[in-house]
Amino acid sequence: MSEPLRKEIKSALNKVSQAFAALGDFTTFSALSIATIIKKPSAGTMIPICFRVGVQSVPVVAITGMFIGMVMAIQVFSQFQSLGMATQIGQIINVSVIKELGPVLAATMLAGRIGSSMAAELATMRVTEQVDALICLGVNPLHYLVLPRVLACVLLIPILTVLANFMGVFGGSMVCTEIFKVDPYHYWQNSRGHIQIWDLSVGLIKPIFFGAAISLISCHRGMNSRAGAEGVGKAATSAFVWSFMSILVLDFFLALFFNNLHQAIWPDNSIKTFGPK
Amino acid sequence: MDSSSSNPNFLSLQNAGMAFNGVDILRNINFNIPKGQTLVVIGESGCGKTVLLKLLISLLQASTGKVLFDGQDWCALDEKRTNEQRLRFGFLFQGAALFDSLTVFDNVAFGLRAHSNYNEKEIEKLVLMRVKEVGMKESVLEKKPAELSGGMKKRIGLARALILKPEVMLYDEPTTGLDPIMTDVINDLILQTRKNMPVTSIVVTHEMRTVHKVADRVIMFYPLARLKPNEPQLIFDGTTDELFKTPDLRVQQFIHGEAKERTLESENHEHRDEIS
Repeated sequence: MSEPLRKEIKSALNKVSQAFAALGDFTTFSALSIATIIKKPSAGTMIPICFRVGVQSVPVVAITGMFIGMVMAIQVFSQFQSLGMATQIGQIINVSVIKELGPVLAATMLAGRIGSSMAAELATMRVTEQVDALICLGVNPLHYLVLPRVLACVLLIPILTVLANFMGVFGGSMVCTEIFKVDPYHYWQNSRGHIQIWDLSVGLIKPIFFGAAISLISCHRGMNSRAGAEGVGKAATSAFVWSFMSILVLDFFLALFFNNLHQAIWPDNSIKTFGPK
Repeated sequence: MDSSSSNPNFLSLQNAGMAFNGVDILRNINFNIPKGQTLVVIGESGCGKTVLLKLLISLLQASTGKVLFDGQDWCALDEKRTNEQRLRFGFLFQGAALFDSLTVFDNVAFGLRAHSNYNEKEIEKLVLMRVKEVGMKESVLEKKPAELSGGMKKRIGLARALILKPEVMLYDEPTTGLDPIMTDVINDLILQTRKNMPVTSIVVTHEMRTVHKVADRVIMFYPLARLKPNEPQLIFDGTTDELFKTPDLRVQQFIHGEAKERTLESENHEHRDEIS
């Protein structure tokens, strides 16, 4: 084997081993953080974080959700109208928003808004020795800093997703009925039959995983930040990039898993819906 | 001042070394700190003084050798016991490291809320007492750390470190970036702390006035990058009087702030770089 080839192989193996080491580090960090749940976090630490994650994200999530529905309506209306199916447009908007676009885009917005801010905050605490100060005061930083953020995201991102879904459905219906003058009665009647309880449940379960991924990745990036302003900036950027990628990867695997589960439970595809089939 | 007879090896480093990414920062460090002593650590920036403090409280684990506190090796302790031992320390960080999101009151009360059964009224009383001890007014309690000056932050950092009545106080460059008056105030607070409670102090500093004022004993580190492989990194260990009388040129250069040879040295390096 030639020397340059040997060097290339060695460098590739090094990169693979570094990637595994980073994955191992993140897994250990996540496990240790979640394990601290045996001691309940105090209300004093939970409430401000829940306020920032939940209440302060409402406008961003509501606007994002509403515009997703509105844009969907504009994009699909002409095709449906040309087929003479304008009154059927609600079902495609609602199913798309509730099953995919609402959870994924709400999580993406929250990764940008909350994830980056968490990473920057923890990175600043790290480089200004506030994390060391916590340890010196006998407090586990994973319990005090990471666990409340994880819990807040896991509990509140699903609720924010419901809001995004609602606003998406509302935005889509407003564009169809007010701008494109689709008859509201037929619009809602045709929409009802196609939203399954299963879809709603999956749409609520997925954000739990997205919330856990966003918070754990962001906290991990922040707690392992390098020194200086550059280190803090990089932590915030990489928190968003990795959170976004993990949302898409998780979305794929969760969709695959839930589809298989659905097939296993209802092989004949008999499904419960809110309205007449 | 010397109460070393009670426990001469209260804190102890045995062949301790520390490396980051394969680069040695500390190498084969050996010394003991008796209970009640005020030890001042001096040395150039980057010679490992802050790393030493972090080894003493087990914020960092020694790469080689042992760090012992009260006869116990930090590495041999489980997490619970390590935390218990850490609570016997107070640490005044270089930038004070006050928690940005909390008020001054909450910062000082933090340790009490986490580790005591005092009610809020008792905590308030204790916090007020500590804040007054460090020469601050009650009106500062509702402020956020961002609203404080450098000297005020250091004093609040000291109040927070002292709230749990530590047996060992670690000061990381407590007077860096402060004006001469505030430097003197902080030095007085270090002395006052030792007077008020039986505390062992380790002070990392560049400030010769601090050395003069607070030290029972002084040690000096030298950067490993300028030492030969077998040369000891601890180049001085003695009293303040001995420090000023030592014939070691490296020590004299440091205490008198003479950069002449160092500047020439770096100019020669630059010249060589240009030629190459």
